[in-house]
Amino acid sequence: MIIEISNFGIHLALTLGQKAPIAAICVGICCGLLGCFVVLRRVALLGDAISHAVFPGVVAGFMWSDERNPWIIFLCALLAGLLGVIVVRAIVSSTKLKSDAALGIVLASFFAIGIFWNSTQQFVGVNSFLFGDLTTISDDDLWLMLGSTLIVSVLIFLFLRPFRVLSFDEGFAIGLGYPVKLLNGLFFGLLAFSVVVALQAVGVILVSAMLITPAATAYLLTDRIQKMMGLSVLLGIIAALGGWLIANLDVRFQSGPMITLVAAFIFALTYFLAPRHGVLSKFLRHSGMKSRVHRENTLKAIYRIIESDGFKAAGVGVEQLAEVRKLSFEQVSKDGQQLVRNGEASWEEGKSAIYLTSPGWRRAAEIVRNHRLWELYLTDQADYAADHVHEDAEKIEHILGADTVRKLERDLNFPEFDPHGKPIPSLEATLQIERAIGKQEETGY
Amino acid sequence: MIASLLRIDNWWMITMCFLVALPCALLGAFLILRRMSLVGDAISHSALPGIVVAFAFVGDLSSPWLLVGAAIAGVLVTFLIEQIHRHTRIKQDAAIGIAFTSLFALGLVLIRVLLGDKVHLHQDSVLEGNVSHVAYAATVNVFGFDVPDSIIPAAIVAVVTLVLIMIFYRVLTLSSFDSGLAASFGYKPAMVHYTLMAVISVVVVSAFEAVGAILVIALLILPGATAYLCTHRLKLMLVLSVVHALSSSILGVYLSVLFNGKESAGVVVAGTILFIIAWMFGPADGVIIKAIQRRNNTLEESNSKLLKH
Repeated sequence: MIIEISNFGIHLALTLGQKAPIAAICVGICCGLLGCFVVLRRVALLGDAISHAVFPGVVAGFMWSDERNPWIIFLCALLAGLLGVIVVRAIVSSTKLKSDAALGIVLASFFAIGIFWNSTQQFVGVNSFLFGDLTTISDDDLWLMLGSTLIVSVLIFLFLRPFRVLSFDEGFAIGLGYPVKLLNGLFFGLLAFSVVVALQAVGVILVSAMLITPAATAYLLTDRIQKMMGLSVLLGIIAALGGWLIANLDVRFQSGPMITLVAAFIFALTYFLAPRHGVLSKFLRHSGMKSRVHRENTLKAIYRIIESDGFKAAGVGVEQLAEVRKLSFEQVSKDGQQLVRNGEASWEEGKSAIYLTSPGWRRAAEIVRNHRLWELYLTDQADYAADHVHEDAEKIEHILGADTVRKLERDLNFPEFDPHGKPIPSLEATLQIERAIGKQEETGY
Repeated sequence: MIASLLRIDNWWMITMCFLVALPCALLGAFLILRRMSLVGDAISHSALPGIVVAFAFVGDLSSPWLLVGAAIAGVLVTFLIEQIHRHTRIKQDAAIGIAFTSLFALGLVLIRVLLGDKVHLHQDSVLEGNVSHVAYAATVNVFGFDVPDSIIPAAIVAVVTLVLIMIFYRVLTLSSFDSGLAASFGYKPAMVHYTLMAVISVVVVSAFEAVGAILVIALLILPGATAYLCTHRLKLMLVLSVVHALSSSILGVYLSVLFNGKESAGVVVAGTILFIIAWMFGPADGVIIKAIQRRNNTLEESNSKLLKH
């Protein structure tokens, strides 16, 4: 085992000095940076269309250069990609076809032209552009990649501010006086540029994975664009290197698909586990909220029963509670158990009645206070009809914070009754009643 | 050249291309109306792992199990896209991109791992497909004609799709234009959506052997888009889509004979040419037609101004 690991370490050290991992890092940086804007601007599939559209350019590059000259291939591919963008824009602006159809048309027809052209000539090596092959990268390719990664990074760094404004609000960018058309041209140019850079590593079809997946993953992890760009680059590099390392494990694996799968795996993990936007954490937050609302509704029902008795007893019968809550006896017993576990209530002997503890009583009064204050606020200050306010108050009562409640009380001039004529329990009144009930109980025993 | 086109093999190839393109064209028209062209793109890429897994089990490219595998993969990708963009703040376009690239990559890996060196399914056929084998395939006798056997499944899929569209024409139309109204008539939009996706996946697979996983997007979108530039009436649009499918099949096979290229790509190139013609001269939305109309309007306007004075 240890030998295996150290072998792997040596293998890693040896291979990191090669061309392939450097190329992988370049792709990670290039696509990661631009991908952020692609995801934010919702043009993810334009990246896909460009990546297919460059293919006839690659074939043309093979056609017109003698020795598979990477510079000529790069130039032709870039031109084809830009032509693709122009055609998409032209279709959208001159016909009633929507952008999705325009993207699909450009993607498929450019690609078909490439395939058709290639099939009439049968160039060797075109396939490495289709599926991506890090092992065939030559010194020239590598210099090309390093140079273009540098250009892309510098340009994005220089135009960070306008690009940022452009991704969130194009109208605002026009208002600020940015040359939006020029900036858009630059952006789509850079996009085509980085697609061509990534072509050799992951191939025509999977370039869009490198553009979209790391950036989308980063989007789930942070709300700040600088952080998102950093994370996206990091994830892009991890995916590219990881995929390449896995591809090295078995001759049947290819780098392009493996890189894509690693990126997808990281995305899947983030999709479930991201702290704020992950599905799992959202679910946990949501169910926590739901159980709290349920508990508070039980407390409120108990309060209302005690109130209708004229605050004589501190406890309510479970059956009575079930009737008010319109729930089954078993369900209400379970709810009571929850309250007891939370320290907000205690059982009577034999579990036939529930007594609120001091914190439970205060929380119950607080919820009722929130509810009734909000109802009053809606009728008095927002001109709602008295019979329209209950539903709204039912929701907001669980969310109002102490500060808002104090402000509501002040604004409504410390009211005593809600629009339906029921008393609003103020903080002092709550404490008084609590003491009174406590005394009754002492004397009762 | 015309003589070589008239050879019987070429007619079989044209028939094959048309049978593959016909259901794609009809369904694609609805995709365009529903603004879901790129979901078609996603499905055609992601059918690959379904096909590969099914093929690994049965070892036969013409087995109906492949259709099942691809239909499952197609529904799976639509489901994944839904999950990603409904539960997170990632928008639909990025969700499509994530879902189909990962499934396509999975398919590519599975081809190498599960199938190894089995000859019939390798990466070139994923991209380009193959029609020419129709000419050399074994023939079956159907109603007294000698028909290449690989045409038969394509013909069945085409006929079934045609019949399905005729039966569900009302539901499809209604839910494409106004899903709210369709829901109020008691049709379930989600049901229509997923069924359409499953049917598209099946059609995509039946086209897979002939044109591969990517060129099929063109067969889905180009006919509908071309027809849409010529008319805005749905029935006419469907008819024109079929005309596009037929003429691009004929022209495409001719092109491939002329330039000695791949038939599948030739059909798409021909379809692209027809699209460009419609883009320029289409009666409903053509660029040149609109320019002429605009000029006539301004002429009339200046004439009427002249008359007024």
